Amino acid sequence: MKPAPFRYIAARSLDQALRLKAEWGDEARFLAGGQSLVPTMNFRLTQPAALIDINPLAELSGLRNGGRLLSIGALTRYRMLERDPKVGRHLPLIAEALPHIAHPQIRNRGTIGGNLAHADPASEMPAIVVALGGRLRAQSLRGERWIDAADFFVGALTTALHADEMLTEVELPAVPQRTGCCFMEVSRRRGDFAMIGVACTLQVDESGRCAAARIALCNAGDGPVFAAEASQSLVGRAIGAADIKEAADLVQRAIDPGGSIHASKEFQRHLAGVLTGRALAAANERARRDR
Amino acid sequence: MNVVATRNFGAPVTRNEDARLLSGQALFVDDVELPGMVYAAFLRSSVAHARIRSIDVSAARARDGVVAVYTAEDLGSYWAPGPLLVPPPPIKDIVFNQRTQVPLARDKVRHVGEPLAVVLAHSRYLAEDALADIAVDLDPLPAVVDLERAAADDAARVHDDVRGNVAARVWQGRGNYAAARARAARVVGRRFRYDHGCSSPIETRGVVANWDARANRLTIWDTTQAPVFFRNGIAAMLGLSERQVRVIAPFVGGGFGPKIMLFYPEEVVIPWAAKKLNRPVKWIEDRLEHFFATTHERGQTHDAEIAVDADGRILGVKDVFLHDTGAYNPYGLTVPINSQCTLLGPYAIANYDSTFTAVFTNKPIVTPYRGAGRQHGVFVIERLLDIAAHELKIDRAEIRRRNLIPPDAFPYNNEIIYQDFAPLSYDSGNYQPILDKALEMIGYRRFLADEQPRLRAQGRNVGIGVACYVEGTGIGPYEGAKVQVQANGKVSLATGIGTQGQGHFTAFAQIVADQLGVDVRDVDVVTGDTDQFYWGAGTFASRGAVVAGNAVNEAAKVVRQKILKLAAEHFECAEEDLEIADGKVAVVGVPGQSVALGALALKANPMRGAVKPGTEPGLESTQYFGPPSGATASGVHAMIVEVDPQTCTLEVRKYVVVHDCGTVINPLILAGQIHGGVAQGIGNAFYEQLVFDEDGQLLNASLADYLLPTALEVPHMELAHTVTVSPLNPLGIKGAGEAGAIPVGPLFAQAIEDALGLLHNNIELNEIPLSPSRLFELTAKPATAR
Amino acid sequence: MTADIHDISVTVNGTSYRRQVEGRLLLSDFIRHDLLLAGTHVGCEHGVCGACTIIFDGAAVRSCLMFAAQADGHDIMTVEGLAPDHERLHPLQQAMRECHGLQCGYCTPGILMTMKVFLEENPAPDEAQIREALSGNLCRCTGYQHIVEAVQLAAERLRK
Repeated sequence: MKPAPFRYIAARSLDQALRLKAEWGDEARFLAGGQSLVPTMNFRLTQPAALIDINPLAELSGLRNGGRLLSIGALTRYRMLERDPKVGRHLPLIAEALPHIAHPQIRNRGTIGGNLAHADPASEMPAIVVALGGRLRAQSLRGERWIDAADFFVGALTTALHADEMLTEVELPAVPQRTGCCFMEVSRRRGDFAMIGVACTLQVDESGRCAAARIALCNAGDGPVFAAEASQSLVGRAIGAADIKEAADLVQRAIDPGGSIHASKEFQRHLAGVLTGRALAAANERARRDR
Repeated sequence: MNVVATRNFGAPVTRNEDARLLSGQALFVDDVELPGMVYAAFLRSSVAHARIRSIDVSAARARDGVVAVYTAEDLGSYWAPGPLLVPPPPIKDIVFNQRTQVPLARDKVRHVGEPLAVVLAHSRYLAEDALADIAVDLDPLPAVVDLERAAADDAARVHDDVRGNVAARVWQGRGNYAAARARAARVVGRRFRYDHGCSSPIETRGVVANWDARANRLTIWDTTQAPVFFRNGIAAMLGLSERQVRVIAPFVGGGFGPKIMLFYPEEVVIPWAAKKLNRPVKWIEDRLEHFFATTHERGQTHDAEIAVDADGRILGVKDVFLHDTGAYNPYGLTVPINSQCTLLGPYAIANYDSTFTAVFTNKPIVTPYRGAGRQHGVFVIERLLDIAAHELKIDRAEIRRRNLIPPDAFPYNNEIIYQDFAPLSYDSGNYQPILDKALEMIGYRRFLADEQPRLRAQGRNVGIGVACYVEGTGIGPYEGAKVQVQANGKVSLATGIGTQGQGHFTAFAQIVADQLGVDVRDVDVVTGDTDQFYWGAGTFASRGAVVAGNAVNEAAKVVRQKILKLAAEHFECAEEDLEIADGKVAVVGVPGQSVALGALALKANPMRGAVKPGTEPGLESTQYFGPPSGATASGVHAMIVEVDPQTCTLEVRKYVVVHDCGTVINPLILAGQIHGGVAQGIGNAFYEQLVFDEDGQLLNASLADYLLPTALEVPHMELAHTVTVSPLNPLGIKGAGEAGAIPVGPLFAQAIEDALGLLHNNIELNEIPLSPSRLFELTAKPATAR
Repeated sequence: MTADIHDISVTVNGTSYRRQVEGRLLLSDFIRHDLLLAGTHVGCEHGVCGACTIIFDGAAVRSCLMFAAQADGHDIMTVEGLAPDHERLHPLQQAMRECHGLQCGYCTPGILMTMKVFLEENPAPDEAQIREALSGNLCRCTGYQHIVEAVQLAAERLRK
């Protein structure tokens, strides 16, 4: 399983990388962690004419704490996020999901930007950035633009990035006060893609009522699914078991899972209900503790 | 007296081979690098069933870096279907249609992945590039995938002249089932489906062939479990004498059965290409190819029934099953015969009526994979007993106990023919203590009486399972060994059998070390090289330790006698006055009167003087061992499992194996074999499944989707052993290689049923593999829609 | 297209190598067939089995998912570099032998590399942590139990 021939180019600067991508367009791919891209190349399912290796671009890596918002460079490896205490403190949803993403060796190379740009519907991180309501920065020779997470994932393995654009940064809101987060997934083995995964945040006000709720799922459609109606149904309520069950039922009705050899559609739908219930209960309990 | 000290036999000796393996210094086939080597890649069919209209390789031949491209046409008269490795057993009225695989497809392709052409280039990268240049014109035909539809009279035919895709039909039985059924208090009949996956060793297959035209010799490195048989066959095919061919099976990264399948297309083509090109040729199977190019085990569908009396005693069993043999059947009927025979288990079943039809399908070939069909049979009998126990309200362990063959009934003859062509006779066994020990270790009574009710009250779904099995091991035909004391005092041992991780370098050395009084580290073992040892069969059917081990013992014994004889002459004393220990022969009670073994070996090979007629130079002996039939190992597995009824995921809380493989050579190595077998059994029960669509396409041909268990899916296991010595070989040992893998399927079914209380809701788990999604399907629907 | 060749300079097990490599040459193939360090094994070439795991700039990574060209200027350790010298084994290797943590030995180098880094970062792991750290390496022979015991034994000895 050897890859088809391609031109390998190690980028010396972001500018050069963007220029090369503008020249080659869809014929070239950026090489970041390679943990998703290289397997498809070894299977010859992907045959780019050129690979632009952006690993030398150290400036694209790093986590900056801007207070209310955190900024993560696209080239930041998952391993770095695992070790950075700021992630546990300000982005607990990511911290909880990381042990489920593949395996340590994969996380040593895999980057958050690469994972998001690959846009596998079963991937955890797209659902998380959607749940957090983050923004993604796309740069090209023509300039830059910010894309809301909700608009970034267009379809299976397809993002809103244009052929000449590179994802360079992920901006995520730090977890506010009185907010509980929870990420849960069910997979066949640890580290496998989720059969269903749920990422949720739940904020309560001083009286204990829900002030905000966001529920997103992975592997529930051809991209991360934001369960708007279910999320909205919780706002204003003093969350109890009945409210959680209602939200879980709404989630089940909102999604259109594709089914696979590992999980039938009906099972995925069932799991979505179960996990939403469990994740909301955990998030609710954590929100109350965080007063 | 010179008593043999048993310091090593039975001891947990650490392995001789490990230092090399641990430091990356052990040779595997892909490590072979030869000057001028070219690399092969095979073009494989992307459809399961088609007529071949044409294959145009001209563009591939013209590509830079390509040395040659061959199709079936280029092979000329060399092209031929492979030999039948295992003929049909001598069973009355057997129907058997031999159809074996071919080196490169001609006229027809019969499974996805069947090789159509081979490219040889300066690198594997270039060879794969050239595959895309080959234009194949195929006329697709309907794919034969589903077993029952395949067996229909009007089904599409995998082989044009074989109606109903019947590869074989076999009836075996004993007693009179109909009469037994007539007097039964209860008859329980069900349909069972058992699917076993593919071996997936971490090292895939590979062949390197080097033809030396000047020395007129062919050397082949191959990841084979049967180097001697392969050497004999490939020599004959290429028109060479056996002495002109050397086959080396170096370190092999896991065998598990499919690496003993012989005359794989690649094994036939690569040596031919090497000879034709006069250059070394290397082919290393990649993981994607492995899913198609290396054999599988797969599925059977059984319609079985058990007739019992009011106490749950088995009066008889009847079984009719279909067996998927794949596109070709070079391995004969080993797998379904094993299913048929091993169904009888450790139970006294006086009346048995079993029929199977082996069916050709448009899928890769089925040959033995660890367990080799025993799993399927064990699943059927264990499930029938579970259901009967439930209906009769008898405890599951108790119904098994009531049916165990008593210890005074051995040798116990089941009369039907086993895979070694002899009647299925259990040489020895004592099954009740094994069951008792397993129940004690798992805490069976306490669990059912206390723990389970207590945990259930807390809302947790825990269940317990117990499953029994026997395994016919250590079959012939034979193995051989040559033991030789060298001038430096070390002992060399050569045997024809190879190694894929079973610790042969150590287990066999232990036997020699004890016979010859040397340190186990001073025994140098060579296996798997046909130049070093000419004769043998191979590692399969849990026979290595038994058959080769006994051959090693016989050879070492003869060398021991030669040592004593020569030393007695040297010291002018009686042999009884000598003892061998620590690499020396010494006269008992006379300090200083000793001679090192190495010095004795030199003495036995004089440069002057004479060697007496009728004797041999050196301290060396070659001996063979061939048991008339196999020795029967047995065991019980027990497990406590917790199931999350909402996600249908599970966790194994406790796993126990009690195993009887007779005398144990090395308990550390034995434990490793059991652990590894159980891990594969767990994969088989709950994770691994080859998923084919109706066009015969394999949907999960990658390790991302064919799920091998990791360290998080395989639990900690507790092991115990009992010993019933085999009377069939001097060492009293029985095989252990496959045991761990055999009863895990029914164990999971039973324990999950117990955890979720399924039987009380008329839901049964009569298929393997299971999975969370499948459990959801089976438990979420109403009981009638099973 | 004409071959895409790159000059690389890479340190492996303390030795510096300068080579010319095709852009698409996988790092696993470079190590095994160009540098003739065949201890690193290839099991799947899609990043799942872990047999090809090496230590790259101090982190355990899948060499089948990297290109040799990416290694230019970097530092690699393979299993051949694990033992302190020809006479002695690394405590992990020694423990694996004593606990019978390997059978065919094919997955072993990848496990050794993974566990070496793991123990450096987690000197006193419990069984659950060891199994989790091992979960990215597939073994088909051992059922993992003896490997876990070996890692526990090695951890104990390394702490002394």
